Amino acid sequence: MPDTTAATATGGSSARSHPPAWRGPTVDLGQQHPRRGERVIKILLVAAAWLSVAVTIGIVVSLLAPTVTFFTHVGLGDFLFGTEWTGGFGDKFSWTDKAWGVLPLVVATAIITVIALAVAVPLGLGAAIYLSEYASERVRKVLKPVLEVLAGIPTVVYGFLALTIFTPIFAHLVQFNTIHNMLSPGIVMGFMIVPTIASLGEDAMSAVPLALRQGSYALGANRMKTTLRVVFPAALSGIVAAIVLGISRAVGETMIVTIAAGSRAQLTFDPREGAQTMTGFIAQIASGDAPQGSPVYYSLFAVGALLFAITLLINLVSIRLVRKYRQVY
Amino acid sequence: MTNVEPDLDTVPETVGAPGAPHEIHVELGDRTNHRAPSAEPDGVIELRDLEVFYDKFRAVSGVNLVFGSKEITALIGPSGCGKSTVLRCLNRMNDLVPGAHVMGDVRFHGVDMYDASVDVIEVRRRIGMVFQKPNPFPKSIYDNVAYGPRVTGMKPKNMDDVVEQALHGAALWDEVKDKLKQSAYGLSGGQQQRLCIARTIATSPEVILMDEPCSALDPIATAKIEDLMVDLAKTYTIIIVTHNMQQAARVSYRTAFFTAAADEHGQRTGRLVEFDSTSKIFGNPSDKRTEAYITGRFG
Repeated sequence: MPDTTAATATGGSSARSHPPAWRGPTVDLGQQHPRRGERVIKILLVAAAWLSVAVTIGIVVSLLAPTVTFFTHVGLGDFLFGTEWTGGFGDKFSWTDKAWGVLPLVVATAIITVIALAVAVPLGLGAAIYLSEYASERVRKVLKPVLEVLAGIPTVVYGFLALTIFTPIFAHLVQFNTIHNMLSPGIVMGFMIVPTIASLGEDAMSAVPLALRQGSYALGANRMKTTLRVVFPAALSGIVAAIVLGISRAVGETMIVTIAAGSRAQLTFDPREGAQTMTGFIAQIASGDAPQGSPVYYSLFAVGALLFAITLLINLVSIRLVRKYRQVY
Repeated sequence: MTNVEPDLDTVPETVGAPGAPHEIHVELGDRTNHRAPSAEPDGVIELRDLEVFYDKFRAVSGVNLVFGSKEITALIGPSGCGKSTVLRCLNRMNDLVPGAHVMGDVRFHGVDMYDASVDVIEVRRRIGMVFQKPNPFPKSIYDNVAYGPRVTGMKPKNMDDVVEQALHGAALWDEVKDKLKQSAYGLSGGQQQRLCIARTIATSPEVILMDEPCSALDPIATAKIEDLMVDLAKTYTIIIVTHNMQQAARVSYRTAFFTAAADEHGQRTGRLVEFDSTSKIFGNPSDKRTEAYITGRFG
């Protein structure tokens, strides 16, 4: 199709309405080599990201079917609010000779988690504030890696520590004579979580711009006021994330409680008593003989699903809280 | 509604026109003319043989300066000449730099600011600072202004009044009075910088230090801050570090010119070259280096 304007302007064969004025040598801007590597890398990365999503969905689905079976035999109300749990006893294939109230397991988990947090949050945040705001560069460079190594100690070691060192000490201090109790695994679990909260909290506070601290100091604030009123609120979302991760680790921790809190499912609020947690129950039954299709087999999934739901709920609530109170810089 | 109405009358005219390189073209702005500087500064802040080290590195040496109260003094000079270092000595912000070490005398009302008995918090309450980049806290406008009085333990009868006064003082009240509870991060850069000024004057300081306060702002916002500075100088002593020579010429009564000179080991140390009234520095400087710098032949 001849284009009159193009023809008159440049004398070339271009069909564009705005022909280029360039009359010099031409240049080839086409792709010289096909870039297949780029595509392969992208596919691998996409696969890596989606795989973790798929695994999560897979876990939920695999929990779901046995859990539904469990609740066809046991009422949801009886499960959630029942105060007696005898799932591991009696006739292996009978539903009716057992009590399926999960409250004793939930309460034991909650008490040990609260004890752990009472230790881990003050110590962890204190360490985080020290590392981020007070420690010199040299101290920080030594202390932070040491702290992170502490996070890598296997939990079975902590469990052993609780049983052989802390339990005898507490038995002497607060006068009780049971081998299993909730106090010593709770406190040891707190020590286990300290590095997690300290390290993540320090990251969050160090990320707060120096300019904000300078502004605060220039107004006559001292270090503590600058930390508590400027750095801490600005780092709140990271700090809450650190604490939530700590809670999730405490709720899900199995080894310490299996070793030191015992395997007696009983509803008690006395931390000097031993009591089985949700994870303790799952570990005990799953490592023993739970014939497939037996009631106690299905109950593992129900307790597992509850554990999953509780962790999810803590996450959702904390996201809400952070949105409300954080100060975005 | 929240936009700053550009006030074109206050936009500075271009000065220092290119052309004859040896002639000095900087006009002294109208802003300085409302009060001529007294012959000698009264010495509300005085530096004697100031020397600042960062670890082994000597950043500034041999600075003797006498600042006048309720005046604007500008510190100018090429990058690395130590002018910001000198400014940070005046409210002991250098204390926060690891390895920083100050020698010589820094006197405020004749009192040695680096004496062991001095409370650094009191120093910084009396000598406020505004930074290069606006750095409001991630809090509401109100809480930003109330921060200083709160952390320094001032117990005003009515914090609302303190906040309103400070925002009036920084010429920001009319723009923010309806959104005091909103985040300071919703303000424009120029408004944020005026909020930082409001935050500083809320602790009722005597001196305000400004470290290149307009370098992150556009010309209109810059003009507003410059007007504000001249206004504030009726009440406060202002010391400003600036890279912008026209700004120094427009707003300051006195100007100190610094430059960096290499010693026998090749180490560059900032030194004060000349300190005089701004009209003298920009009109008829005594030192060849000053003249070279302000005419743009060096630096």
